[in-house]
Amino acid sequence: MSHDHDHITHADEPTVAGRVGALAELLVEKGVLDQETIRARIDWLVSRTPADGARLVARAWLDDAFRQRLLDDARSAALEVGIDPGPSPVVVALENTETAHHVVVCTLCSCYPRSLLGPPPDWYKSLAYRDRAVSDPRGVLAEFGLTLGDDVEVRVVDSTADVRYLVVPQRPPGTDGLDEEALAALVTRDSMIGVARPLAPA
Amino acid sequence: MTFRVGDQVRVSYRSHDGHHRTPGYLKGMRGTVLRVHATFTDPETRAYGESGLPERRLYLVDFAAREVWYPNAVDGRIFADVFEHWLEEAS
Repeated sequence: MSHDHDHITHADEPTVAGRVGALAELLVEKGVLDQETIRARIDWLVSRTPADGARLVARAWLDDAFRQRLLDDARSAALEVGIDPGPSPVVVALENTETAHHVVVCTLCSCYPRSLLGPPPDWYKSLAYRDRAVSDPRGVLAEFGLTLGDDVEVRVVDSTADVRYLVVPQRPPGTDGLDEEALAALVTRDSMIGVARPLAPA
Repeated sequence: MTFRVGDQVRVSYRSHDGHHRTPGYLKGMRGTVLRVHATFTDPETRAYGESGLPERRLYLVDFAAREVWYPNAVDGRIFADVFEHWLEEAS
């Protein structure tokens, strides 16, 4: 999926990076933010990866009591295992099953569980994904290579506000006996957004 | 008014001059409350440098995709977060 077509720019407009730079300069100049706060926030953002989300999913696959706590309150479950759930006061984990498949989008902008998954992929922020994920979810999933049976209910989660959503994908077959680390290695970013299945074991 | 899980609601069909977090494609649509999340500062005033108080309650609402996109044939559900002041009781 192309992710370039949402940048409608005119020749006389500065680039997004240019505008962000100018905005940051103004905020510092006016004392709203300082350089150190901006630097610390960028450091935090780029330090996040999908590994934390993957660890939560792998643990849920192995430990049914943890799985239940994750589905009840994902923020508390993350804190329980020493994972930073991020600034959102409510984090919701939604479980994919034989009969229900969740996929997350933010149609209004690009709300995303950055703390658990790292920075969002470019396609997640594209107008095409944000529009079509809600209006043609099966078509979008097929473009990602994921074809779901008619008996599977597709549930598109439009993350419009302060709550962050994590998809708990189904545990792949053939993974009996794998430990948490081996299972977590199968849990991809895309499987936790809901546009793919986890990897198959080697 | 406050809603509970299972309540039938309708998203207000109204325009709003300024920033708001209610997707246009859901305005006027009927759904069912799936989760009652918590209260949050109001993005409609927070966006303009105000405190965002009073806080507004946020709900996860379940919509039938076939109703939202009618007459297009789209199956499945749409779950979306909608603030309380955008929800009305549906009979």
